[in-house]
Amino acid sequence: MPSASHFKRLDNAAGQEIAMTYDGAPLPARSGDTVAAAMLAAGHLVGRRTAVSGAPRGPFCMMGACFECLVEIDGEPNRQACMTLAADGMAVRPMIGARPLDEKDAT
Amino acid sequence: MADAEFAVIGGGLVGLAIAWGLASRGRQVTVFDEGDRAFRASRGNFGLVWVQSKGVAMPNYARWSRLSARLWPDFRDELTAATGIDLQLSQPGGLQIYLDEVEAEAGVAQLTKLRAALDGDYPFEVLGHNAVKALVPEIGPDVVGATYGPEDGHVNPLYLLRALTAATKNAGVTLLNGAPVERIEHDRDGFTLHRAGGAYKADRLVLCAGLSNARLAPMVGLHAPVKPNRGQVLITERVRPFLKYPTGHARQVGEGALQLGDSKEDVGFDDGTRGAVAAAIARRATRTFPLLRSVRVVRSWGALRVMSPDGHPIYDKSLSCPGASLVTCHSGVTLAAAHAKVLAGWICGAEAPDYMEDFGAERFALQKAG
Repeated sequence: MPSASHFKRLDNAAGQEIAMTYDGAPLPARSGDTVAAAMLAAGHLVGRRTAVSGAPRGPFCMMGACFECLVEIDGEPNRQACMTLAADGMAVRPMIGARPLDEKDAT
Repeated sequence: MADAEFAVIGGGLVGLAIAWGLASRGRQVTVFDEGDRAFRASRGNFGLVWVQSKGVAMPNYARWSRLSARLWPDFRDELTAATGIDLQLSQPGGLQIYLDEVEAEAGVAQLTKLRAALDGDYPFEVLGHNAVKALVPEIGPDVVGATYGPEDGHVNPLYLLRALTAATKNAGVTLLNGAPVERIEHDRDGFTLHRAGGAYKADRLVLCAGLSNARLAPMVGLHAPVKPNRGQVLITERVRPFLKYPTGHARQVGEGALQLGDSKEDVGFDDGTRGAVAAAIARRATRTFPLLRSVRVVRSWGALRVMSPDGHPIYDKSLSCPGASLVTCHSGVTLAAAHAKVLAGWICGAEAPDYMEDFGAERFALQKAG
């Protein structure tokens, strides 16, 4: 469940409303948001659990450096939410632990 | 008066393993290390504890590598007891995986020759595609087979370096880093080391300085004709554990990342990377394990192996400057256990395997003369 967000949208933040989902539930976003910005604005501060200890992590540097914002986007694991623009119909899921290996590749 | 009984030059895996072995024998040791700009094979290596195929041209190198692999569990226990650090040592046996018949035949021929040279005492198995698949179901159709060495394994080399650093410090070893040793003098009172920050005196000296041994050895009557050979490494994102056996080209580390490598380039002292080499490493990995095709590479680096002319270690004691020894090799991980538990004793004057003299540098002079 999202917690109360520490982040507020500025009144002058324009942009079209975008329909996307986070963990299956609607995620309110605007065009121009990164996935990480939309997550934080909606109170999703934890977007993943680490591969080794399962510790909670979420968007931090917002500029592609820290890799703490990794999420699954449209089925692709370990995408950087802060480097990906929100888009209509996008399905985002939290990244829990190590990514699975793609069994369809295993021939 | 000397500042230290033993001066060990080099604070990498070789120098620290020797320092640990000396300190464990009650010796007083100072380790001299360079700064962060040094070429550090110990921070760029692959982490295999590897026996398979080593020593084809020098069977005693095979014996020495096998001895170290057998000593590794005890060595690990010592370091973990001293530091609490889990080295992630695993020795389930290792696979050299072949992607065509030519390389498979060459690999099997090498091991067969080694077995003959060691009077049959050299365990390995030749596995066809299906036998490899039984061990690692994730291999792809391009795999024609593998050789399995039951004594092979792997370890986290960075935890090993950290554990050796902590263990030696706890044992009273002084570690002085930040500046290379520029010059060494020898007289009847021992050795004087000159570096930025001052001069240090030591009764005895062990050169473990990797590529810098070539420069330092002649100052104390030793010969270390070592040259760099670059290896590149790729690290993938962390994935679920699937690869139990380390292989010559890929291993899965304790945290789940795949480490891929085993390129060899003669490019002098350039420890950078080249895209074409990285691509070849990645291509081999995805042909071997097709399920890695969609897995991201998150880091890549180059590091310089410390290679002698024949690829084997050089262990030597100076005749003209008694008390000076040389320890250099390109397998600082595999041989760390033997360096600490056997070679450090040999440096102190204890008995060592009778084949130790085979590792002297005079073999290069003889080769030249022949």
